[in-house]
Amino acid sequence: MVGGMSDVAIGLVCIAGFFGIGLSGAVLGRLRIATPIVYGASFVVALAAVALALGVLLGEAPPSMVVLPIGLPGTGAHFRLDTLSAFFVLVVDLGAAAASFYGIGYGRHEPEPARVLPFYGAFLAGMNLVLLAADAFTFLLSWEFMSLASWALVVVHHRESASIRAGLLYLLMASFGTLCLLLAFGLLAGPGAAIGGTAGFDHLTFAHMRASPPAEIFAALATVLALLGAGSKAGLMPLHVWLPLAHPAAPSHVSALLSGVMTKVGVYAFVRIVFDVAGNIDPWSGLVVVIAGGTTAVMGVLYAVMQRDLKRLLAYSTVENVGIVFIGLGLALAFRAAGQGPAAALALAAAFLHVLNHSLFKGLLFFGAGAVLTATGERDTEKLGGLVHTMPHTAVVVLIGCMSIAALPPLNGFVSEWLTFQAILMSPQLPQWGLKFAVPVVGALLALAAALAGACFVKAYGIVFLGRPRTPAAAGAHEVDGFSLAAMTALATLCVLIGILPGVVIDMLAPLTRDLAGSALPAQVEVPWLSVVPIAQSRSSYNGLVVFAFLFCAALMAALAVHRLASKTTRKSPPWDCGYPLPSPRTQYSSASFAMPIRRVFGSVVFGLTERVDMPRPGDTRAGHFRYRLRDPAWRFAYGPLARFVVRGAQHLNRLQFLTIRRYLALVFAALVVLMLVVAAWR
Amino acid sequence: MALILDLPLQLLQIVLVVAIAPLMMGVTRKVRARLLRRVGPPLLQPYHDLWKLMHKEAVVADNASWVYRRAPYALFAITWVAAGLVPTYATGLLFSWSADLIAVVALLGTGRFVLALAGMDIGTAFGGIGSSREMMIASLAEPAMLMISFAVALIAGTTQLSAIAALFSTGEVGVRVSLGLALLALIMVGIAENARIPIDNPSTHLELTMVHEAMILEYSGRHLAMIELAAQVKLVLYFSLIACLFVPFGIAGSDAGPLHLALGILAWLAKLTLFAVLLPIAETSVAKMRVFRYPAFLGSAFAAAALAVFLRFVSRGF
Repeated sequence: MVGGMSDVAIGLVCIAGFFGIGLSGAVLGRLRIATPIVYGASFVVALAAVALALGVLLGEAPPSMVVLPIGLPGTGAHFRLDTLSAFFVLVVDLGAAAASFYGIGYGRHEPEPARVLPFYGAFLAGMNLVLLAADAFTFLLSWEFMSLASWALVVVHHRESASIRAGLLYLLMASFGTLCLLLAFGLLAGPGAAIGGTAGFDHLTFAHMRASPPAEIFAALATVLALLGAGSKAGLMPLHVWLPLAHPAAPSHVSALLSGVMTKVGVYAFVRIVFDVAGNIDPWSGLVVVIAGGTTAVMGVLYAVMQRDLKRLLAYSTVENVGIVFIGLGLALAFRAAGQGPAAALALAAAFLHVLNHSLFKGLLFFGAGAVLTATGERDTEKLGGLVHTMPHTAVVVLIGCMSIAALPPLNGFVSEWLTFQAILMSPQLPQWGLKFAVPVVGALLALAAALAGACFVKAYGIVFLGRPRTPAAAGAHEVDGFSLAAMTALATLCVLIGILPGVVIDMLAPLTRDLAGSALPAQVEVPWLSVVPIAQSRSSYNGLVVFAFLFCAALMAALAVHRLASKTTRKSPPWDCGYPLPSPRTQYSSASFAMPIRRVFGSVVFGLTERVDMPRPGDTRAGHFRYRLRDPAWRFAYGPLARFVVRGAQHLNRLQFLTIRRYLALVFAALVVLMLVVAAWR
Repeated sequence: MALILDLPLQLLQIVLVVAIAPLMMGVTRKVRARLLRRVGPPLLQPYHDLWKLMHKEAVVADNASWVYRRAPYALFAITWVAAGLVPTYATGLLFSWSADLIAVVALLGTGRFVLALAGMDIGTAFGGIGSSREMMIASLAEPAMLMISFAVALIAGTTQLSAIAALFSTGEVGVRVSLGLALLALIMVGIAENARIPIDNPSTHLELTMVHEAMILEYSGRHLAMIELAAQVKLVLYFSLIACLFVPFGIAGSDAGPLHLALGILAWLAKLTLFAVLLPIAETSVAKMRVFRYPAFLGSAFAAAALAVFLRFVSRGF
């Protein structure tokens, strides 16, 4: 509470601020000054929202409600800010603040700012509205608004056919997602949803749904629908197909928001519906979620390793991380259904910490990709290289981002994956045999995903920043502006800090897990030496601070000892390369060749890999060729057949276009009779 | 008061793992040479090699960046810290709780990440080939390693190495099928992680078969010395890991007197020497594999570890 205003009211004021920024962007859009004004104002408003969220989380404030007399007649629009909303407001607006600050510098390179600025504010407003909405109507309206605003940002570069294709696919998937959510809410509103069951439309409020939990079968159905609906926004397999097309198409700071933040709104929708509104869920739906998360994690990162476009690689890696989050959520569902509060709290805390971590390092990495794009005009990794020399500052912060996302200690990505592993290790306590067997397998999938993420980001960093420049564009790169660097540095600092002191954030999650799982992890700040102890010290603990301090001291001692006691002389020389150094930078390992062993090992099974080598005979002077083809299983097995079915159906229906008037009348008559028969049978 | 007593014990372990690492490598090389009917280098040769490398000038490629120059120190520090946290001669050391089995494995992953980046820094084909293959091997070895952690943690109810060693050293757990499978898997993973035959050959310089050596091809002088020492410490780490998980006998308890500690150190050294003799025997009896046979090798390690996990579900007695 500030000055008599409830927390949620302040949140709504922030949202109004974002709307205002969007409007001013529309008015000022064509002026040069508009870019810094819009991004500067967004930065300030986002920081205010971050402060609000932190206040609610740290102060463990009780949920605050506000009902505005708009929206549904007689019911109005309900808004509520509880700890769950507050945490996601924190994630969204932290990302938004960083992206806005980055945008002050990066936005200057935007050729058509008038196409970005109005929708930028609207997009931020939409995401925050979803988080505060507390009835199904407001939620779905905000959800659609967020989708449309982000769609407008995806098709900013509308002259590129790839953007338009991405936009179309995104619209399709977003509509599908909303449809699923609509049905899920319909199920949760229950039989009282028939008009007249309650006053006005009150049965559509979350409070009402919570008070009257649906029958078990409907709750399970709603879970599946929420998984589909929220999963299509978050990027679960096989609903991820729009994500690697749409996220890279937008300007880089918007890509960071789409990938790092909007996917989290999808996660929020799932948690809100399944954990909060739907009441108690069958443990088997936990299994479904865990398996969906595990496959998404591995498939996402396998796709990512194969990519050569830097931003697409990052988008696929988002799919992986969403999978990791869903593993945690699924485990939490299963543990909660089995009545094991502490384990459920652990799994939830792991998932939420990963949500925060991913928004930080994915934002950082997309900013880095944007910086590379600004400096070289290239996104294709095969045309980059050697940027560590020309962009030294960016190289350092992006390295931190890459190490965080590869789940390497002592950085933050490792902490959340370690917590997820600890939650997986609790699985023998589950009563269901299927879960007992499936969860360790998912653990192996998670380990595989983590290892492949390491390979993926060695490749991304090694090809882009290390080695020799592969093109003149890469050789002529320059460091980017101060705003961009400051935004990236801030995110990198947060990555390191959360890695070293994860206990602070885990404690912040305690009210959330208490609300959703009925239990919380032990208070971490009170643990001696600031270790992380999920269950008990004798069971498992990890101390990022001690590990970091040890690493620092050990490296320092080693370097000092060597430089003091041993030789300090260094001689520069051309590379040795086993005696045959070739001067052309094209002799380096490329992105495709780096991925080759992994492509061979996993590709033939998963992607139906075919390779063709065309080697000229000795004496023949034409160029040799090597081609490989990967087929996306989602397109091959899900969307391809679906598209073919739709096209075939359309062709059959096409005949209806050329009937005589008598046949049309007969058709209408037949339809009427059939409908009346249906109604008669129904009664 | 407790801190004053505990700190030296922890520091002793941290110093010991580095101090004896070259000796263990020397034992392995000597035994290997004897098995091949060569005289072999003296046991202390690795120390002389390190000394020599340290005092040579470091030749650095023209276009090397700071990543290349810092990586050896980072790699060494990471491996050293990881080795310092695995129980060796005593359980319950001061910092033993700061990283559990999963964290130790992940720390080694950090080291690998750093080295793989260093391999790509100069922009030569060999560096790339090494990094790329190393990451492929890691992607196969890590799931197997996690399954091993699972199998052990399911029996011990904890992932703390110190607690596992303390429990297993009491003999309460006894001989179990699942532990045997986990041991087999850990040996296979250890061979892959330490770049030993049949996965990699530490003494090869045949271009097409190099993995680890390809990544560090450009290194020389003090940088190479750090990398070599890190590899030796990593071998000691894996030996200690196998010792503390599967043969923890003789390991001193958390409140042991000086005599027990001395016995613990002797037992640990004896186990290390035994492993250092066994490793080359295993190595000389097999041939190196082709690169694309690795998935089969590490896949069987994974299968063994997974079997160990599932056996536990079938019956607690396994």
